[in-house]
Amino acid sequence: MELLEYLYAGSRIKITGMENIIETNGLTKKYKDFIAVDNITFSVKAGEIFAFLGPNGAGKTTTIKMLTTLASPTSGTISINGYDPIKQQEETRASFGIVFQDPSLDDELTAYENLDFHGMLYGVAKNQRKERIEQMLKFVELWDRRKDLVKHFSGGMKRRLEIARGFIHHPKILFLDEPTIGLDPQTRDHIWTYVKKLNKEEGITVFLTTHYMEEAEKVSQKIAIIDHGKIVAQGTSQELKEKTGAGTLEEAFLSLTGKELREEKPGAIEGMRQRNRMWHKR
Amino acid sequence: MAQTLKYKKMIAIYTLWIRQLKRYFRSKSRIVGSLGQPLLFLLALGFGMGPVFQAAGQGNYIEFLVPGVVAMSILFLSVFNGIEVIWDRQLGFLKETMVAPVPRWQIMLGRTLGGATVAVLQGIIVLIISLIAGFVSISSVWQAILVFIFMFLIALVFTALGTAIGSALEDMNGFHLIVNFLIMPIFFLSGALFPLENLPKVIDGITRANPLSYGVDGLRGALGGAVHMGLITDFWILGIIAVVIIGIGSYLFSKIQI
Repeated sequence: MELLEYLYAGSRIKITGMENIIETNGLTKKYKDFIAVDNITFSVKAGEIFAFLGPNGAGKTTTIKMLTTLASPTSGTISINGYDPIKQQEETRASFGIVFQDPSLDDELTAYENLDFHGMLYGVAKNQRKERIEQMLKFVELWDRRKDLVKHFSGGMKRRLEIARGFIHHPKILFLDEPTIGLDPQTRDHIWTYVKKLNKEEGITVFLTTHYMEEAEKVSQKIAIIDHGKIVAQGTSQELKEKTGAGTLEEAFLSLTGKELREEKPGAIEGMRQRNRMWHKR
Repeated sequence: MAQTLKYKKMIAIYTLWIRQLKRYFRSKSRIVGSLGQPLLFLLALGFGMGPVFQAAGQGNYIEFLVPGVVAMSILFLSVFNGIEVIWDRQLGFLKETMVAPVPRWQIMLGRTLGGATVAVLQGIIVLIISLIAGFVSISSVWQAILVFIFMFLIALVFTALGTAIGSALEDMNGFHLIVNFLIMPIFFLSGALFPLENLPKVIDGITRANPLSYGVDGLRGALGGAVHMGLITDFWILGIIAVVIIGIGSYLFSKIQI
């Protein structure tokens, strides 16, 4: 028994003793005639909540795609929980969970099935799956709608369901790509409180992006600001404010990234949705 | 640890398989809708061309046509099920499976098995209608199993082909091209509608290079009709093609970038 405790303590020390759970060096992603991410280097400490901020099209999502094995970098290196996302894809994927910026639910499945399938893919045991799904669906107040097909859900409900799904398994690193977009302040507060709790109680490292500066300030311990594919500043919220002489993080952000409006690449997704409906003709 | 990993692998294939099935049983209009085309072929061609076929001394055309039409419904649904990868990519669900801690070839295999199962179910519905109408008959369990094996092989080959194509394409722009220049020729030049004997050299060559020819031939043989290439040949050729295409499809699927 003592031996077990000793080993357990040893494994804990090993985990928390790892300095940087995410590390990138000279990370670059080029598309045909456009550099989405330009030579960025940063690190996130194990157990930290790290906010990755930037205007639309700055390269946040592309960076997350590279960190999560969905896109391969043009150059540079990445280490996720000690693994290389290019060469050790499965080990890398076993190290994180993610809530995507855009929808990734199966509309033809029910809310419950979406979470259940997620749990199955992530190897969450049956009993625990049942327990977590109920807990998370109640948490996002969708328990009463668990048997409804997701295609009948509103945008906000789908968003809440995506977040609930992201919490079904407890990974070492949690990527949250603009998780609270389009949600009301109550829900947002509710979700960030839970993220902080997960971080504190389970030591989960959180890598988040958001456009709500007050959220980033409230939740995260460290912030990096990216613009035009480059990291323009990193530090604590306090350091960023001091550096720019701004009173709030929002002002610091604007002074670092300028006030011009950004355009996002137009998505083909809406057109696809239309055609999808026509094709299936329901 | 090794055991948990193994369990996870099994469950990834199962998860994607059951997903395809759930989606199929939920879209009742699609089940009924996909019956329209095969039934029309049976009625229009079967009864329309039947007398000519008979006059040419080839016997009962509907009996000849049923395996071809069953293969057709499997072919179309298989390819569509496979190509659904593109929808999943555009609507987002693909990302969810691509970041899961399971090997991507297993995700592909699960999807393909699911899509193939759905296509076989659709083929079975067409077959049952034909059995009830008395167009063909199945007299033993062994015969039924043989029929099922060929239906499943056809479904496997073409779902994997659809998945491979869907993995290589970014959007649905090429979809009509694929239907008109790949799926239609595969169907029409497979012996589904006419016997493969005494064909012009070029057409004969094409039908021999067409995987569906072996599927239709095998299915026809299993249903008691005359075989052109031989059941054993049909089985091995289809089986090998299935393995090769699943291999290629898995490779293309695992290389998908979002």
